[in-house]
Amino acid sequence: MKLKDRKRVLREMILARRFEERCYQAYIERKIGGFLHLYPGQEACCFGVMEAARPGFDYVITGYRDHVHAIKCGADPKAVMAELYGKETGCSKGRGGSMHIFDVAHRFMGGYALVGGPFPLAAGMAKAIQMKGGDEIAICFLGDSANNQGTFHETMNMAALWNLPVLFVCENNLYGIGTALHRSTAVVDQYKRVCAYGIESDVCDGQDIEVVLEHAHKAVEYVRSRKGPYFLELKTYRYRGHSMSDSRGYRSREEEEQWKQRDPINILRDRMIAEDKYTMAEFEALEKEIDDYIENEVIKFAEESPDPKVEELTKYVLAD
Amino acid sequence: MAEIMYWEAIQRAHDEEMARDPLVICMGEDIGVAGGTYKATKGLYEKYGPLRVMDTPISENGYTGLGVGASFLGVKPIIEIMSVNFAWLAMDQIFNSAAKVRYMSGGQLTAPIVVRSAGGAAHQLGAQHSARMEKVFMGIAGLRVVTPSNPKQAYGLLKSAVRSPDPVYINEHELMYNMKGEVPDEEYFHPLEGSEVTRPGTDVTLFGYNISVHWCLKAAEILAKQYNISAEVVDLYALAPLDREGIKKSVAKTHKAVIAEEDEAPCGVGSEVMAIINEECFWELDAPPVRVHSALVPQPYAHNLEKATIPNHEDVVKAVLKLFGKA
Repeated sequence: MKLKDRKRVLREMILARRFEERCYQAYIERKIGGFLHLYPGQEACCFGVMEAARPGFDYVITGYRDHVHAIKCGADPKAVMAELYGKETGCSKGRGGSMHIFDVAHRFMGGYALVGGPFPLAAGMAKAIQMKGGDEIAICFLGDSANNQGTFHETMNMAALWNLPVLFVCENNLYGIGTALHRSTAVVDQYKRVCAYGIESDVCDGQDIEVVLEHAHKAVEYVRSRKGPYFLELKTYRYRGHSMSDSRGYRSREEEEQWKQRDPINILRDRMIAEDKYTMAEFEALEKEIDDYIENEVIKFAEESPDPKVEELTKYVLAD
Repeated sequence: MAEIMYWEAIQRAHDEEMARDPLVICMGEDIGVAGGTYKATKGLYEKYGPLRVMDTPISENGYTGLGVGASFLGVKPIIEIMSVNFAWLAMDQIFNSAAKVRYMSGGQLTAPIVVRSAGGAAHQLGAQHSARMEKVFMGIAGLRVVTPSNPKQAYGLLKSAVRSPDPVYINEHELMYNMKGEVPDEEYFHPLEGSEVTRPGTDVTLFGYNISVHWCLKAAEILAKQYNISAEVVDLYALAPLDREGIKKSVAKTHKAVIAEEDEAPCGVGSEVMAIINEECFWELDAPPVRVHSALVPQPYAHNLEKATIPNHEDVVKAVLKLFGKA
């Protein structure tokens, strides 16, 4: 399925990639603390699904690899970067950090750092949608290893039992931290694991955004028309380690290179050159423009923003 | 003012709140068709239907998390965890999601769920059905903990918890559901913070909460009649946040303190109250405060062993006499 506005989507994907690579650099410079889980390589998953859904309207929740999902839902990249810098202007006021990005105004309901934790939260949001009416859906993005948590099975059971409008998107990047899927999981085909609960499921290439779009479109329409929950597995790969402290000793550089041959941004770009007659020079100019924006606006904003006030340390623990 | 049972008071609070607001729901194991293990949700399924009175699968962490997610979008779930022992399984969602989300989102998102659960030792239920866990809940930032000692509190605290913008854990007691007491006929909201002087006195303060308030009241009566000691009983119905001022005020008046809890001693309510006394009114004390608590063992099954584990009013009396040098 062809994207309606390839140029806009490609631009957003390049922004996501460059944003994440710039985070890597800022982390090395010790401007960003804590844990940092980066997304390069997996962009077609978030963008393909959200192009099929309605960003800012449907409720989205995910794990700790969450910056790009927030931005795609409508979060300001400046506020996300400021959060990573631990600033008061950050989208979570510097209280959350990389693993807890929130933008509730755009219905990005958060990044959560307990593996599998968001499954029941997503089902709960779907329960609320079901009670309140309307045609929103809840979308839960999580990695393959979350599926070994009890919450996965508990949630699949309840979602099916109560016919909840929730779409589970499994971004299967083949590794749970540093353990290969086949070494941690008895059934490696994740989409098959929900059969036990009678949940509709599908699997596809997670590197080609237009393939993701086609499968996600079917999934989103299924959930939106209230036929029940849906589970979509996307086969993908993260270029970097699980987090910044991961030297990737558990996998070969040959494997990484093979996956980079199927880079989601290059796939779309090359198709646009072939089918839409764009030139490489146009893309290079676009990249330059995005880099300038990240440096001159996003990073500048984060650098120049104030720290949270220590006097407000206990603000937000309970309601005022 | 009608006299009703503890479970009836809880049921009435559910019913009134559900009638008022269509987004108030209740969920838990056996609470619907079966009417609830302790009858706290009796009749609600028939009245409000399966979408609002949800019989959940036996999967505590999952359904608690589902309640948390629903609360993000304005639904107000009252989650019953049948026995507090099973709440261990739901700790991840209560602590890591509900209690933390307001803070880690910088105030954008809140999880104003109500979690009700029955705790305490009762009738030889053994190690895995007799836990007291309030000490665990009260140490978590972002969570309110209340524990009703009578039907009026059970009614008013649940009403207030449903209206609270914060997540609230309500610690009930398995042995108290059939306790009778007066509940106002008109709508009543019990404050979620503070403490109550249940019986005024001048010589010693007996701090209790939930079932131990009743040991303290009985002990105070014996102390007055047999030993001419005037004991003040303070009901710490709110465990988080604890009423530092209330504790200070009473100790400053009586200069002696006994803290009675059904829980084990380490890191418990008693240790926390003692720490507050130490911090707030050390120089008011005429004697070191004393704790009454259960033995640190997995709850035994045998009747005599169970009895030896759980304290009662006699232990409170003994503790007071020790304070007065009479034991």
